[in-house]
Amino acid sequence: MLENFREAFDGIRSHKLRSALTMLGIIIGIASIIAISSTILGTNEQIKENLIGAGNNAVEIRLYQGDYPFETAYQTVPDYVPILDESILEEVNGIAEIEAASVFFRRDAYNVIWYGGIGMNQGTVYGVDQNYLSVYGYVIRGGRDFLPADFSEFRKVALIDKNVSETLFSGENPIGKTIDLSGEPYTVVGEFTQSKEFEPVISSIDDYYTYTDNSGGKVLIPMSTWPVVFNYDEPISLVVRASGTDAMTTAGRSASELLNSKFTTTGDVLYKSEDLLEQARQLQELSGSTNRQLIWIASISLLVGGIGVMNIMLVSVTERTPEIGLKKALGARKRKISFQFLTEAGVLTCIGGILGVLAGIGLAFLVSRLSQVPIFISWYIIAATIVFSFVIGLFFGAIPAVKASNLNPIEALRRE
Amino acid sequence: MIAELKNIEKEYRQGGQPVPVLHEINLNVHENDYLAIMGPSGSGKSTLMNILGYLDAPTSGEYLFEGKNNANASDAKMALIRNSKIGFVFQTFHLMQRRRAWENVALPLLYGDVKKSERKARAEEALRLVGLEDRMNFYPTQLSGGQCQRVAIARAICTRPALLLADEPTGALDSKSGQQIMDIFDTLHDSGMTIVMITHEAAVAERAEEIMYIYDGRLKGDRA
Repeated sequence: MLENFREAFDGIRSHKLRSALTMLGIIIGIASIIAISSTILGTNEQIKENLIGAGNNAVEIRLYQGDYPFETAYQTVPDYVPILDESILEEVNGIAEIEAASVFFRRDAYNVIWYGGIGMNQGTVYGVDQNYLSVYGYVIRGGRDFLPADFSEFRKVALIDKNVSETLFSGENPIGKTIDLSGEPYTVVGEFTQSKEFEPVISSIDDYYTYTDNSGGKVLIPMSTWPVVFNYDEPISLVVRASGTDAMTTAGRSASELLNSKFTTTGDVLYKSEDLLEQARQLQELSGSTNRQLIWIASISLLVGGIGVMNIMLVSVTERTPEIGLKKALGARKRKISFQFLTEAGVLTCIGGILGVLAGIGLAFLVSRLSQVPIFISWYIIAATIVFSFVIGLFFGAIPAVKASNLNPIEALRRE
Repeated sequence: MIAELKNIEKEYRQGGQPVPVLHEINLNVHENDYLAIMGPSGSGKSTLMNILGYLDAPTSGEYLFEGKNNANASDAKMALIRNSKIGFVFQTFHLMQRRRAWENVALPLLYGDVKKSERKARAEEALRLVGLEDRMNFYPTQLSGGQCQRVAIARAICTRPALLLADEPTGALDSKSGQQIMDIFDTLHDSGMTIVMITHEAAVAERAEEIMYIYDGRLKGDRA
């Protein structure tokens, strides 16, 4: 075996230029595949991070009617939907994939939020518990967070996000100001925002529309004061933080199943989780499909490279006919001869594969420099392409190897 | 009895027409024979040699090697016989240029799956028999023609074959080198080796115990 590799390297070394040119097809093919797949993986990774928030892993569970979110603002909640409160969290936190959970009320609010003469024609009001901000990965960027007393003493205080702040206060400091929610005065005590590490990376106008929060604005009030503005006995929503990004789907499903198990009878209104992972996959699918076609095109170059290897190996067999004859006369079996040529073809394409990987990584970095596309180098793909190039060598080396092993030794020796 | 040829016929096909090469060959090679076969080019002497060495198969007739007929043996079995029972010496040496002298000698041992340490020891021993133990690590390009042929002989005998076949072993050498080669064959014969040699030089053939002549595919001589 070792001897086979030695002969393979001897064969390649003795025709350096020829071997290099033969490898070129493989190098180009592998380099393109590495460069393209690195860009695809990089883009995918970014889509996932943008949509899910790297490490945030929050999943929202809300009431749905069929495929659409159930809006308590204009629809009457069916009788069979159970009225739950914070005590459900104990059971939710018992689910293995869930690290933290929070319950909240939610209402899309049209012309509900006012400050002075300015109203917001779009926005959402949330009645939240004290975990809401941390589960979602929000941080306070001005003023203060809710205090336990805000909940227990039914204080009419509110947290607002940047959209609300900009729409209602246009540059003024909102802290301490009083806003109007359906006629009830609420004092703004703080402003919250997405924690830095979970902010999406925006590198194109498409990204902007996909990832930027254009929901209007969010106002958070203590859950205990919800009935003051809205109704008693409203159905809750739930947000959970999964133990990992890959656990999001399971965490969401388990939590919605738990809530649905509280229903007395079932109808078309049910709790469902918003599957961000699935959404990310769909976006990845969209962005990856064009690039995947590029991989097929790059593979054609590999095919051409493989045929080049076969061609050169056939020349090599013809050239080394006397050597093959001698080996047969000295007692080398057919298998030994064919193995030798297979090894040479495999080593040749394997070296080509390794050089191609290096060139591909260089190319990927260059592309990311020039066009701001994120890249992700996968060891798995590197290993797979090197193995694949070795297999190409074995595949296209098979015909020359069989030809060599079937040479008639006397024909072979007679030449020279 | 080492080799026994009975009524061997051999013909090649050329452009669909059969071309007879060997005709009614009967030949017995006994242990420790030293036989020279002479004949003009095209007489079929190389074909006879190839049949003896299992490099070619007869069209008809029977060839027994050490009493066995191997006509229907597998490739692996044939390779094993060539490897362990027969040693070849060619006119043009057929050495591998990128291998040292001892590695060339050890090549058949490699195919016979002999351990590396033992390969080197046996190659060295064979090189000592041809007087080249001090050239073990030389490459063929660093050796003279006569020395190359001695390396080739060492390669042929390092498996301790039952039959040594030599095809014009001095054909590419000057007379002094040729003389040395023939001396080596004498020594090998004295130590019990069975040798069949093809040559067209009478001076070389005379060194053998017995000379046979081949004309137009027919063997003429005492044993025919």
